Formats: sequence, C-alpha cells, structure tokens
Amino acid sequence: MKQGRDSILRTRLRNGLEIRLKEVHTAPLISCWVWYRVGSRNEHAGITGISHWVEHMQFKGTPSFPAGVLDRAISRDGGYWNALTWLDWTSYFETMPADRIDLALRLEADRMVQSEFAPSEVKSERTVIISERQGHENEPTFRLYEEVQAAAFRVHPYHHAVIGDMADLETMTRDTLYEHYHRFYIPNNAVLAIAGDFRTRSMLKRIRELFGTIPRGTRLEFRPRLEPAQRGERRVTVEGPGETPFLYVGYHVPPGADPDFYPLAVLDSILTGASSLNFFGGGISNKTSRLYQALVEGELAASVRGGLAATIDPYLYSINMTIRPDHTAEETLEVLDREIDRVLDQPIEMEELVKAIKQARALFAYNSESITNQAFWLGFSEMFAAYEWFESYLDRLVEVTPQDVLDVARKYLLSSNRIVGIYRPQLDKSDD
Amino acid sequence: MTEIGFSLPTLDVRSLPGPDSVLRRELANGIVVLARENFASPSVVISGYLVAGSLGETRQEAGLAQLTAQALMRGTKERSFNQIFESIESIGARLSLGAGTHTTFLQGKALAEDLQVLLSLLSEVLSNPTFPKSQIERLKGEQITALAIRDQDTGARAQLAFDELAYKDHPYSLPTSGYKETISEFSTTNIRAFHRLRFGPQGMVLVVVGAVEAEAAITAVEEALGEWRNPRQHAPPELPPVGKPLGLLRKVVFLPGKSQCDIVLGAPGPSRFDEDYLAASLGNSILGRFGMYGRIGDAVRVSAGLAYYAYSSVSGGPGPGPWQVVAGVNPDGVEKAIDLIRTEIRKLVTKRVTKRELIENQANYIGRLPLQLESNEGVTGALLHVERYGLGLDYYQLYPNLVTAITRDDVIRAAKRYLDPDHLAIAIAGPIGEEA
Repeated sequence: MKQGRDSILRTRLRNGLEIRLKEVHTAPLISCWVWYRVGSRNEHAGITGISHWVEHMQFKGTPSFPAGVLDRAISRDGGYWNALTWLDWTSYFETMPADRIDLALRLEADRMVQSEFAPSEVKSERTVIISERQGHENEPTFRLYEEVQAAAFRVHPYHHAVIGDMADLETMTRDTLYEHYHRFYIPNNAVLAIAGDFRTRSMLKRIRELFGTIPRGTRLEFRPRLEPAQRGERRVTVEGPGETPFLYVGYHVPPGADPDFYPLAVLDSILTGASSLNFFGGGISNKTSRLYQALVEGELAASVRGGLAATIDPYLYSINMTIRPDHTAEETLEVLDREIDRVLDQPIEMEELVKAIKQARALFAYNSESITNQAFWLGFSEMFAAYEWFESYLDRLVEVTPQDVLDVARKYLLSSNRIVGIYRPQLDKSDD
Repeated sequence: MTEIGFSLPTLDVRSLPGPDSVLRRELANGIVVLARENFASPSVVISGYLVAGSLGETRQEAGLAQLTAQALMRGTKERSFNQIFESIESIGARLSLGAGTHTTFLQGKALAEDLQVLLSLLSEVLSNPTFPKSQIERLKGEQITALAIRDQDTGARAQLAFDELAYKDHPYSLPTSGYKETISEFSTTNIRAFHRLRFGPQGMVLVVVGAVEAEAAITAVEEALGEWRNPRQHAPPELPPVGKPLGLLRKVVFLPGKSQCDIVLGAPGPSRFDEDYLAASLGNSILGRFGMYGRIGDAVRVSAGLAYYAYSSVSGGPGPGPWQVVAGVNPDGVEKAIDLIRTEIRKLVTKRVTKRELIENQANYIGRLPLQLESNEGVTGALLHVERYGLGLDYYQLYPNLVTAITRDDVIRAAKRYLDPDHLAIAIAGPIGEEA
C-alpha cells in the first residue's frame, strides 16, 4: 500500500483489482470510476465495436439491479453517471452526493460480474447502436476520420472506429458479446479510482467488502499486431453532401508514456493552440497559434484544431481544418506544409515555449478542478502509464527545450509519416 | 415515503449560495455585480449578459446581434486582434461573447491572479470596439462557412424548421446565427449602429466566482467598467405573444446523403417568469429526462430501440421558449417514433403522474444541487439565473421547499396548458421526403 504526495492511496486487492483513492473535501461529492483495460484495441474484424456495445449492455441490468432500476436510483439521488469507450479502455463513472456513494459502489461491484445480457435487451440495443453510428455518419468529419484511421493502421487494431463497422453491428451475436464481457470484466483487469469527500480508511473497508469477494479471472495475454513503419504519404478522399471541404492530416506519433510525448505536446500547442488531454473539454482559444494565423487569418480555413492522444500504442497527432467554401483542400495543404517546414527548419522561439508552458499550467489547473475530473485522472493515467505521469506532467513539460521540439518535429512531422484525408463536398449528392 | 423505499435527500442549505456568501452591488452606471468566493481552486470565472439580443431583428437582419457579439474581440481602440488574443492566450485565459434572442452573453476564465487582465480586456471590447473592416470580412467568411455546415446538419435543420412552424411570424422563428445571405450583406456600419444603440451598462449583470475575495472582485469590476456610459442605449423591443399550434403542423426538410433523421416536435412552453414554470419543468423531467430520458427514453430508446437519443426540454427563458422533444432515428422509424412520442405527451396531459414519479424527480432536483454548484462555472450560472429572473439571493436555500411543494395536480395543469398531442409543430430533417 503506497501513499502518494497528494495523499493518494494506491493498493491492490488480492483478486488483482487496483485501487486509487484521493480524499478531496471541497464539496460534499464523491466520484467513483471503474476502468477496464479493454477498448477497440482489443477487437478484430468480425467483432469491431464490441467493447462499446458491451458498455451499453452494462446499463441493462443485473439480478440485483434489473434494467431501468439503475438509472432511476442514480437520478433520484441527484447523481450523474455515464460511461466512455475508447481505443484502449472502457470506463464507468458515477458522481454522487457523498452520503449516497454506496449505491455506486454496490452497482459497480455487481455489474463487474453479474450483467445478464438478456437476448431481448441485446436485440433492442443493436438498433440503438446502429442509430448511434448513423448519427455519426451524418457528420462529414466522422466519415473522413474513419477513413484516415483505416488508412493509418493497416495492421494494428486502431484501424477501426470505436463505434465499429456496420457489418459487425448487424451480425454480432449475444453470446459473442457475453464472452467479451466475461473475458475482460475481471477485477485483475480493472482500476477502481475514487476521489471526493470520504475517509480513506472506511472507503477502503467498504471496497474490500464489495469487490474483495469477486474472484480473480484469467487474464489472457493480449498483444496487438504492431503497425509497421509507414513508408510514404497516404492519401484518402471521401465524397459526400454539403459545400464545405474538410482536411484532416494525421502523423504517426509515439504513445502517451514515451518521453517524446512532452515535446510533442509543446509542438501541438505552438502549431494549433493548447489543448486539453481531458475528455471533458475546457480548452482555450487558439487564435495566436501558428496554424490559426496562417490558415484562418490567411482566409483559407474557418477553423483549425490539433489533437494529441495519450494511448498505449503509437497513435496519431491530428490536425483538422474546416476549409472555407471558396478554397480547396490542396491550397490549404500547401500553406499547412509551409508552416510544417518552418518547425522542421528552425527551433521555436523561447517566448513560444514559455507561453505553451503557461497555457499548459492553466489548463492543468482548470481540468483538475472538479471532483469528477480528479477521479478521472486517477484512473485514466493508469490506462497508458501510471498516476506519476499525471503528477509529473508539468515538471516534464518545463524541462522541454526548443531543441527537443525541433528533434520531435524532424522525427515525426514528415510527409512520409502522414495520412492526408480530404472531404470533397458534392452538392446534391445522394448516398446509394 | 416508506412505500417507495427511498428518502428525499437532505441538504445543508447553508452550504449553497445565499445572502451570506454572495455579495451583490449595483454600480452607479447600472451594472449589477455579484461575487462569490471559492478558494478550492486557483481559477476565477466571470460570466454575464447585456440586454442586447436578436429580438427586434427582421428576417433580413437575422444574425446581426450574433455577428456584433463575435466582432467585439476583433479590435479595440487600444489593441489589434492579435494583441487582444495574445493578452489572454499567453496567460492561459479565455474570453468569449455571443448573442441569444434576449441578451449578449459573455464568459471568461483565468487563473485568479489574472482577473484584472480579463476585466480590462472585457471593458475595452464592450466600450471601445473598432470593428476593423478586414477583420469583419474575415469573420463573415468564417460565419458563412459555419452556416454552410449548419445547412447540412439534420439536427440544426430540424430545429430551424420547428421554430418556423411553432413561432410563425414571431421573433423566435428566426435563428440568432442568421442566414448565409443576411451575414454576407452586413457591413461594419450595421454592426457599429447595433453596438451604438444596444450596448450599454443599463441592465448588464456580471458575476465573478473564484479564488478572489468578493469585495476585491467587485472593486475590480468597478475599476474596469464603472465609468462606462451610453446615453443612447435603447431598451430592448417588446416580445409579442404566441399561440399554440393550430393543429399538427408538419415540415420535412430533405437532406440527401444522410443516414439518419432528426425530429423536433413540441409547442411554445412557459417562460421562466410563469408561475407554473417549476411544475412544467418537473413534468418535463418525467416526460423526457429522468434517468436515461424519462418516459420518452423508455418508449423510444429502451423498448422500441428506435433511437440513440430521444429526450425533451423546456427552455424557460424570458419568453415562451419551446417545450420540445428531440430524437435521432433511422428514416424507417420516423413515423413510429412520432407516434410513440405523441402517445407519451397524451398520457402526460390526461393522467396525473404517479406519486413515485413525482417524488423521484423532486429528489433528483434537490439532490443534484451540490453537483450543479460544485464548479465556478456552475455557481456563476446559478447566480446569473437568480438575478435574471428576480428570484432572490436566497433562492437556492429555499429551493428544496419550492420543489417539494409542487403537486401532481400542479404538473398536469402545467402540462395541459402548454402541450396538446393534437396541436404540435413537427419538423423532420434527413434523407426522406423530396427536395423543395
């Protein structure tokens, strides 16, 4: 059992469940998160989207909490709950008034092993998930990102979107879903992270009572096929309705735990503005960033944003541009490349570095404010690194030098290492 | 209570914002300032509004208030566009302005030590904007691109069509973001005139919440904005009344190439000033919010598996904003979804909600307060709300009693007043129907 510098308790139950507890007494609230190490990374053709579908089924009831009971129970206690499925993980959270948290603990312990996956519930949820995918398909940007992702990862399971392919959503069976649940929803594949207005000792005692009796499962070794180095730029084009072109450029970059992640975060801040690594928004504007100045002030694009994701395996650094209808993706790409050449040619200015660090410091403060976010970081950082990653993030950023930024730019921002995706609007074009 | 096996949450109401913890002061120029301290985090949030919205715009003027709000930060007498954004982005702060039907609203956030930077910039952009021509043309281009994206968005198009059906010839029928053709026609002269006649301190409210002493926060606002005057400031136009839909009004917006349809269905609802607002709000929670989307969620999502989202809302602004249901469904499921939603509306207006439903929803309204009021943003929103609608600084402390006083009869009375399953505006946008 270890106590961290922010009075964080880190321990592991005998069944392998990792526990992270952080007392925060600023509001009478507690946020409870369970993180499972399973996401679209653990899927293959035929079962794409299964992790996300299992997440939906976790809201469909157990013998102790039948379908419909959970929603009502959380809501009437004034709580908020939801779940997220991502490339590497699936997480469930409840933020509740502190005196009501026991309900969240009981239901999370219960649905770790007791979910029923009733055939009738699987049947009605199939159409709900297909509807969710169709809602995404209505967005040109989803269609474009999905194709870029597929082009970027020929071998690795990051190839497909988290929602899954329609072919699999239409055919996956109840038994396949149930097997996936049993395989990955075991205590020794999960982290329970709780922050808020509690006493660590009594919380740990209650956790042991509720989760300690769940048997350890067989954790099968999982090694995804590694993506080979890309040798040459890849381009994809998507056509669809509308009059707005979109440009999406993705560069292969290393995972969250890699030391290069920090200079890449600084580079992203300088190119496209400081972005939050949190999943709950809370960024700042990016109008002084280099790409905004070149593309939006240059009147080629209406907006530009960048994104770096902290993942287990190498993923993509993405730059998204919404192009003004009177310009083309090619014109925009040309100007983008000029700016990329600038960061390849010479080191960034020291004042740019200072600004990036100040922005990161502010965003870090904003994104650690709520109890929900504090519990989020306790668990999220464990999915691709460890909580120390979060604790030392700002210190590591401060150590970044202009030369480090130049080095990572030259290592990753190469055209041979990127995928260029273009959405070409076709006015009045109907789908088949 | 025993019968349904749970109890209403108990809240220490003294921990909620109230007269003891909120400082309120009206400055000499009319600006009302509210401040509350929160030293649990190092940030500060400012939030507020001015009574300058799109109300009064004709169809040809639609979007002017919104464009003006966005144009404020494009240049001031003291600073250029780049200098404005350098001043806030370099300290990790943010400030944004936008316009709704009734107000221009603003929100900013910074580390507490930078509150003055934020307020001084706010003062400049409100009182001394220059609306540089090149910047305004650029902004218009960005806005026109955003509107082109809106034209292809099934949810946005269904909402626009609904507003036109439910609020025919009423200001609420017009989008605050305007149309491509109106935005492209606006000149800096239009924007300057709107700013000159509608922006001023009268009616403005500003809330400061965060790691700053309340007294110091109010002093800082007074130093930044206390001298602002605009003797030419016009009062906002009156809001005309609106009636119920005359029957089942229906409009289909054909958007080829899409996979899914969006449906918006409903009627004008209560204003926040109406006495039955809280009863209507609880009725709405039962209809389409509680748990995963209430009764409508059960019918449309859980039982029929027709939609990923299907929920209802009561806007409850200064006027009769919509009481509406929104759903995203496959084109083949549109008619069934509409039938199911109308059936739920019919049930709500013909049979009282159950005791259990009412108590569960009352428990939710009370129990969620600590979560809603946890963040600085949540508290600023709550304080703006009580000031805007004259609810009193003790509103949140009285709130549990106000909520539990609502009866099943109150709910059905409010529902009947605003909703009728045979008099609804129904708008659908997606790959069905035919091109107009």
